[in-house]
Amino acid sequence: MMRLPWFDYRAPRTLSEAARILAGEGPNAALIAGGTDLLPNMKRRQSAPKVLVSLRRIPELKRNGAVLGAGITLTEIVRKPELPRGLRQAAAQVATVHLRNMGTIGGNLCLDTRCNYYNQNYEWRKAIDFCLKKDGDICWVATASKRCVAMSSTDCAPALLALGARVTLVSANGERELPLEELYNNDGIDYLHRRPDEILTEVHCANAPSTYWKLRRRGAFDFPVLGVAAALIDGSARLALGAVASRPFLVAKANDFLRGKQLTDDVIDEAGRIAASRAKPMDNADLDLYWRKEVTAAFVAYALRELRGDDLRETRSRIARYEPA
Amino acid sequence: MNVVGKPRRRVDGRAKVTGQTRFADDFALPRMVHLKLLRSPHAHALIESLDVARAQAHPGVHLVLTGKDFPVTFGILPVTQDEYALAPEHVRYVGDPVAGVVARDEQTATEALDLIEVRYRPLEPIATPEEALAKPEPRIHAYGERGNIHRLQAFQFGDADAAIAASDHVFEDIFFYEGNTHLPIEQHACVAALDADGKLTLWSSTQVPHYVHRALARVLRMPASQIRVIATPNGGGFGGKTDICNHELVAAKAALVLGRPVKICLNREEVFYMHRGRHPVLMKFRTGVTKDGKLTGMHLQTLVDGGAYGSYGVASTFYTGALQTVTYELPRYQFEAARVFTNKPPCGPKRGHGTPQPRYGQEIQLDKIAERLDKDPAELRLAMLAKPNSLTANWLRIGSIGLEQCIKTVVERSDWKNRYRKLPQGRGLGLACGAYLCGAGLPIYWNKMPQSGVQLLLDRSGQVTLFCGATEIGQGSDDVLAAIVSEVLGIDPYEVRCVTGDTGMTPVDLGSYSSRVTLMAGNAAIQAAQKLKSMLAEAAAEDLEVAPERISFANGRVSFESHSLTFAEAVVLAEAKFGTLGAVGSYSPPRAPGKYKGAGVGPSPAYSYTACVVEAQVDPRTGWITIPKIWIAHDIGRTINPVLARGQVEGSVYMGLSEALMEEQVFRRLPPKLSRALVHKMPSLLEYKSITSLEMPEMDTVLIEDPDPNGPFGAKEVGQGPLLPVPPAVANAIYDAVGVRIDEIPITPDKVMRALEKKAKGEAPRVGPERFPDVPYPQPLIVPPAWEGGDGSEVKRHDAAAVV
Amino acid sequence: MRHAQLALSVNGEAVETSVAPYKTLLEVLREDLGLTGTKHGCELGECGACAVLIDGEPQLSCLVLALECEAREIETVEGMARGAQLHPLQAAFADLGAAQCGYCTPGILLTAKALLAREPRPTPSRIKEAISGNLCRCTGYQQIVEAIEEGARRMDDERRR
Ligand SMILES: Cc1cc2nc3c(=O)[nH]c(=O)nc-3n(C[C@H](O)[C@H](O)[C@H](O)COP(=O)(O)OP(=O)(O)OC[C@H]3O[C@@H](n4cnc5c(N)ncnc54)[C@H](O)[C@@H]3O)c2cc1C
Ligand code: SF4
Ligand code: FES
Ligand code: FES
Repeated sequence: MMRLPWFDYRAPRTLSEAARILAGEGPNAALIAGGTDLLPNMKRRQSAPKVLVSLRRIPELKRNGAVLGAGITLTEIVRKPELPRGLRQAAAQVATVHLRNMGTIGGNLCLDTRCNYYNQNYEWRKAIDFCLKKDGDICWVATASKRCVAMSSTDCAPALLALGARVTLVSANGERELPLEELYNNDGIDYLHRRPDEILTEVHCANAPSTYWKLRRRGAFDFPVLGVAAALIDGSARLALGAVASRPFLVAKANDFLRGKQLTDDVIDEAGRIAASRAKPMDNADLDLYWRKEVTAAFVAYALRELRGDDLRETRSRIARYEPA
Repeated sequence: MNVVGKPRRRVDGRAKVTGQTRFADDFALPRMVHLKLLRSPHAHALIESLDVARAQAHPGVHLVLTGKDFPVTFGILPVTQDEYALAPEHVRYVGDPVAGVVARDEQTATEALDLIEVRYRPLEPIATPEEALAKPEPRIHAYGERGNIHRLQAFQFGDADAAIAASDHVFEDIFFYEGNTHLPIEQHACVAALDADGKLTLWSSTQVPHYVHRALARVLRMPASQIRVIATPNGGGFGGKTDICNHELVAAKAALVLGRPVKICLNREEVFYMHRGRHPVLMKFRTGVTKDGKLTGMHLQTLVDGGAYGSYGVASTFYTGALQTVTYELPRYQFEAARVFTNKPPCGPKRGHGTPQPRYGQEIQLDKIAERLDKDPAELRLAMLAKPNSLTANWLRIGSIGLEQCIKTVVERSDWKNRYRKLPQGRGLGLACGAYLCGAGLPIYWNKMPQSGVQLLLDRSGQVTLFCGATEIGQGSDDVLAAIVSEVLGIDPYEVRCVTGDTGMTPVDLGSYSSRVTLMAGNAAIQAAQKLKSMLAEAAAEDLEVAPERISFANGRVSFESHSLTFAEAVVLAEAKFGTLGAVGSYSPPRAPGKYKGAGVGPSPAYSYTACVVEAQVDPRTGWITIPKIWIAHDIGRTINPVLARGQVEGSVYMGLSEALMEEQVFRRLPPKLSRALVHKMPSLLEYKSITSLEMPEMDTVLIEDPDPNGPFGAKEVGQGPLLPVPPAVANAIYDAVGVRIDEIPITPDKVMRALEKKAKGEAPRVGPERFPDVPYPQPLIVPPAWEGGDGSEVKRHDAAAVV
Repeated sequence: MRHAQLALSVNGEAVETSVAPYKTLLEVLREDLGLTGTKHGCELGECGACAVLIDGEPQLSCLVLALECEAREIETVEGMARGAQLHPLQAAFADLGAAQCGYCTPGILLTAKALLAREPRPTPSRIKEAISGNLCRCTGYQQIVEAIEEGARRMDDERRR
């Protein structure tokens, strides 16, 4: 049985109490929401925080109105038809039924980056003498790289980026709101611009026509090896990509190109080409990386065509293996 | 028949749906302590020193064992006793166990592992078969043919090369089947304890309690009579629990030393290291065909990546060639095989043991032949089927063959004639067949004793208790035995209490592998039940005043016309007449006709047959593959319980499809300039991909009943054979859909896309291995087929290929 | 670094035990409460064998801290039957071959139970979707899907009676 290491468990009942504990414990503490990312990582000894601060009992994080509390589960998102379709499609394709009942949107946005050299048991990592991200001094994916290139693997983040979402972070020193884009940093180790004493509390996101396409091997369990999100904002389509860098990102060049354009087949093809050129998959996840890059344009096309109103249900059911949201 | 053939809840069904089935990890005994193994982080290294002092001193640690405690080797085959419970000086793969810590709980044992100091001298790892052939040094084992070649085998059953050369068409193809693993959802576990009289008991999730029993006696140097091995119901086996496991031996030793129960449950990563799964096999087929589509000869060469130890490997290697002859008429056959050692977890038998790999090549090659000859692949096969009650070129005796009906069934149900080669671009159908053993003709340890025994006990209450060494691994062996006994005695199967898989209580059955249980234990059960039946008939006949032959047994009654006794009443009469009632039955397979050295692998009392049609959908832009439907027909001889039989077929289809599309046990070599690491790429259930309910196609399953005289009520196997045709049928369907050949497993969308790109450029639309390396095969053993005047023995012995 | 007192409600019964904070619900059920019907195949959220119902929703007991389960209703396979009588889903699973080795079965039974509580008569594709987070190596899923359909029918019949 894979077991967790020892830790102290704290279950504050208010946000301010949680923030106070975080401020006091510093980087020794970790927040636990659904635990579906944190606990496997702890079992594999990728991290071993001394203190776990549970967010489960904090009612503020459960807000489920126009503003989404960070503690809302992915299942709750899927079941809320008034939320943007792209977000619901993303949430509906995370992991499995069970994990969506447990995992939260806050945890999903703060998900650790992933890499096949890192998401392994302690014993396995010992056999490769560890790597930059944890306990080692070389990146096995890009041996000349000084930077860890582990992959951002959250499904909801690209969907929310395309929708122009903003998030709120709270600490003992106060609160700040920022565009979701600014939460992310393209570094596999330092992947969030979040201070260790901050708690992500809210997600603000307006509804807009939107869609999310996910590439993964199987219809369940698997993290994305490519996520394409598109939304129609002020009459223009916007694209965001996930799982092709250490952060999810708005594809600036493609979005510049798309601004003000009708989604004709030619426009869609060109947007696909531009977006694909920005995708930098690495050999640290499932499926052949060249192939992953090659199919990016096809996935962008699915997203933009669905956004335009084409009926893509048949394609969707072949790729997702079911109808997500 | 009253029970056989009727759909029924399995006898152990209730236990399984209430969570009451007790798997090995569900055992908790008073004073139980917990074992963890320290495993090598090096793929290949010598142990220079090992210091356990700190671990031993760690609070809560009871015992630390090392290689010194296990001077005796073991191995499943008598010819490859090459493993140590804990490696004393040489580690051969990442995960090879070197020490065991027993502590008050698992957490403490895990902590203490890190306190053991081992100094290793790393050696160059051998990662691939090509490397193993090219680099005799460093040697992974001191035994074997030479260098890192474990085993070479070569046979010539008629001059195949000459026949091929004289053929109208010659086909030469190279295929590769990647290794994969069993992935039972239950991780291996065991509990060892001393019973009240000081004897050792081991409860283990094993498919082969008998072999574990033997190995414990050997390694612990104890009389076997002091040891009892109980196979707990397996949470899935598929061949993954048919070997002796290091942790079983270490737990047993620890229980002997400590005098308290010791438990271990492997974690998932360790299950990947235990492995013994499908061997990666590179194959070259040269096949001669006449212009009207008859095979003239086949020359098959295989190169088998064995991993770090022998395991079942010698047998697996034989199996990469043994069954090529039982489906289609093949007058001349030459087979050469080599197994090499590499620094990876040892391979062994997985569902279909050694045969899905060559079956993949053979059935794709037939598809290519049909295309070149402009024949329908189904017609081509139907015209060349092996004949019932015949001998093959390699001296296997075939009994019943239901393959013709299997092919016709799937062809009709899939509307093959109207759809094959006629579906729109991107959609296609593919056909393939397969055949499998119903138990190996010879036991692993050659002897004259039966391979399976059943004992029945009749209580005067009417209670029937069945004792048999067979192991319940989910396949329903308890249900089959209860069904057979109740059919003979005319009672309800739920009246039969099964005590199985317990070397301390039950007669030997060699284990749940090679699809042997239904046929062998089933025949033993019939024999035992019939003995009881005649005693009951005699006693009842006396009472009813008729001749015993006129007594019938049905619905819990023993009757003559309208006069009848309850079963229990008949038992009472019989017990009064004969004394305590019990009977035994046993089964030994018929003698195989082959007498040459190596003839031991391949013979079976009967062969099962399967045909399968797969429909595939391929996206021409991305290569993305969807399988909407599979039709399968399996020649089962006779169905005992249709619910379970269908489950075996569908489970095999699932596993075959999962192998075809995604499963692979593959390894990562870090850049050699920077590291010697050679690690399993993805030892987790998340990254070792296996298909989920969402990828499963609709399945149309038909059981074909062509009773075999050697099977109990005519029954043949159903647990493995139906896997075989699935991967090649997928490949053939993809060819029909988009015109590309993927001559290797798994068939992934990137390979399809690469082949499509080649096709667009006008190159050969194929992805697969390009070359077959030079393998120093020995001169073949020459064994003329019967039609060339042979008598089953070799006429000349060159460089002798040894036998299991 | 101390054990904590824990009060749980499992299958409708209040139970108290003292556990180390690192223990998951899976470990407490199996090791402290002797409820070994809940299985495990990875302990990392990758197989679904450990699924139980928490407040009626299927969740993975291997990734839930036992400490986080106070005041929540937990249901395991041991709680499905009513007395000696099998739950209709259990009976259908046993009758239709949905349990081969039976190892994935408890997790799937509970997942199916939660599905039927929301959708009393799901289509086969909805069933496949609902159990896609439970790996089964034996059955090929077909008989499981059929048993869930049959269980739904039997539950319907029971309700009508
Ligand atoms: C088998 C498996 C498959 C998966 N597949 C997918 C997938 O396909 N797509 C996908 O996106 N995810 C996947 N996941 C990951 C995970 O289940 C989801 O991302 C989930 O939404 C994470 O949420 P959580 O609440 O469980 O996070 P937790 O594990 O509780 O937290 C994750 C991280 O975020 C931090 N955190 C949590 N909440 C906050 C907060 N409010 N403020 C600041 N920091 C916070 C935690 O400290 C931790 O570092 C998978 C997980 C598993 C085990
Ligand atoms: S990308 Fe490199 S440094 Fe980062 S986790 Fe993977 S191997 Fe380690
Ligand atoms: S044990 Fe595998 S998901 Fe929990
Ligand atoms: S029945 Fe064996 S894993 Fe599902």
